Amino acid sequence: MTSTLIVAITVFVLGLLVGFEVISKVPATLHTPLMSGANAIHGVVVVGVMVLAASTHTTAGYAVVFVAAAFAAMNVVGGYVVTDRMLEMFHARRGPKEQA
Amino acid sequence: MTAGDLSGFDSAVALLYLAAAVSFVLGLHLMNSPAGARKGNRLSAAGMALAIALTVVVLVHDDVITGTGAGVLAAGLVVGGVGGLISARRVQMTDMPQLVSLFNAVGGGAAALIAIGDALPHPLRDAPVRTTIPTVLDVLIGAITFSGSLIAAGKLAGKVSGSPILFPGNRVLSVLLALVALGGGGVVAGGNGGVPLLLVVTAAALGIGVLITLPIGGADMPVVISLLNAFTGTAVAMAGFVLDSTPLIVAGALVGAAGTILTLLMAEAMNRSVLGIMKGGFGVGDEAHVAAEGAGGAVRSTSVDDAALQLAYARSVVVVPGYGLAAAQAQHELVELCQALEAHGVEVSYGIHPVAGRMPGHMNVLLAEANVPYTQLRDLEEINPEFPRTDVVLVVGANDVTNPAARRPGNPVSGMPILDVDKARSIIVIKRSMASGYAGIDNELYTDPKTAMLFADAKAGLKQLHTGVQAYVS
Repeated sequence: MTSTLIVAITVFVLGLLVGFEVISKVPATLHTPLMSGANAIHGVVVVGVMVLAASTHTTAGYAVVFVAAAFAAMNVVGGYVVTDRMLEMFHARRGPKEQA
Repeated sequence: MTAGDLSGFDSAVALLYLAAAVSFVLGLHLMNSPAGARKGNRLSAAGMALAIALTVVVLVHDDVITGTGAGVLAAGLVVGGVGGLISARRVQMTDMPQLVSLFNAVGGGAAALIAIGDALPHPLRDAPVRTTIPTVLDVLIGAITFSGSLIAAGKLAGKVSGSPILFPGNRVLSVLLALVALGGGGVVAGGNGGVPLLLVVTAAALGIGVLITLPIGGADMPVVISLLNAFTGTAVAMAGFVLDSTPLIVAGALVGAAGTILTLLMAEAMNRSVLGIMKGGFGVGDEAHVAAEGAGGAVRSTSVDDAALQLAYARSVVVVPGYGLAAAQAQHELVELCQALEAHGVEVSYGIHPVAGRMPGHMNVLLAEANVPYTQLRDLEEINPEFPRTDVVLVVGANDVTNPAARRPGNPVSGMPILDVDKARSIIVIKRSMASGYAGIDNELYTDPKTAMLFADAKAGLKQLHTGVQAYVS
């Protein structure tokens, strides 16, 4: 194994552990926005599509890049916007009334 | 990234990608509390914008992308970005679960396409195992997620039947496709296959995604979407290994962990194993139809006027909303009724079961949209001790999650955490008919002497109750 691969595997495993730790503390109220927010984060696949586009030189390759770019952009843009719309609706009690 | 010393430019890029990854983690962390959640999502979005901008800078700096490549990439990004933006802004909140499932599908599809696109110019035969293994895993997981999430979205949207679909030969076909996918995948991973075989593996994986999602009942879809979300994260991480891209590996691993935790939480709340759900929903097997025992079996029905009077003169009311409320899109009517009660001095709160709605926490979103402050939304542990001192519980569209039979062994809902609605002083259930819930058993709550059934459509019934209550409070 090369040192690059070792570093990549290390990053992957630590990423998993951080994910478990960060996410296991979220209350049920926020499960749907969290799922949607996590869904938006895997939209980072758009970065991968851009990297792929740089090494593409054939017609078949361009077709793959086009579809993948459309898919990834839909994931990332739609994911963040719909999550924000959900969270926009969460608010504490408004006005002067206070409830214990 | 290559081993050895990096140039100043490469170092700066790597550090900025790290900053983006940090913002994903911190963003998710802020989503722990309702107060910080929106900020968290925006921080995560800012990190994403940084990662994308950085990649553009790298592409310009390296100057290896062809003109056609850049054009095709830009066109695809614009088409998908605009499509995602429009659908995310226009979607009704009740339809949001299927949209999230659709976004998950395309994410998985993009990850699978990366592996295929990367394999096109480099013959897989000569590729090292460190490329072929993630390529196969990426294609398998990504394609299963793509087709599975599309079926899940179709079921949630009502375009594919929500009931479990099984056809003769289903199992045989599944096994066959699994053999093709694993066998073909093994050959490619071993460095003996080419792109055509990789496409065969992709097709088999697409078929597997359809076959494993079709037999699952509509009410289990939350767990399935959560699981598929974890799958997409993992597929994206694999794409990161294929391309040697650290941001993909970090973010993919994060989401893989997130989806897994959510899946386990959801399955736990329903007292079902993830494996059991994947095998097919309730009612597919031969569970006996369990009749209500004790309590006499007689159902007491009530009128709108009586129910309105009961609510208007209660000191404390707990509302238990369920899937039926979301299906009838009656959340605004419910909230109007509750606001009228509150104006009259009645203490109102909402008892939310973890699996109420169509996704974990979906009910909270629907009620938040209808302007219920989250301080009034109580989860299972919080609300259960409150029921013995609650005057009236109003159950709207919830069934199995209120069934006291869950406390006894020997029936399909045994052991499922329930809301202790039967401990309240009185109960009003709004329901269209006596039809049983998803678990297919009678709800003993309905035959409890303290329970009054208001047979009505959720939306119309709540509207009438609102009118009725106003007669007493004004």
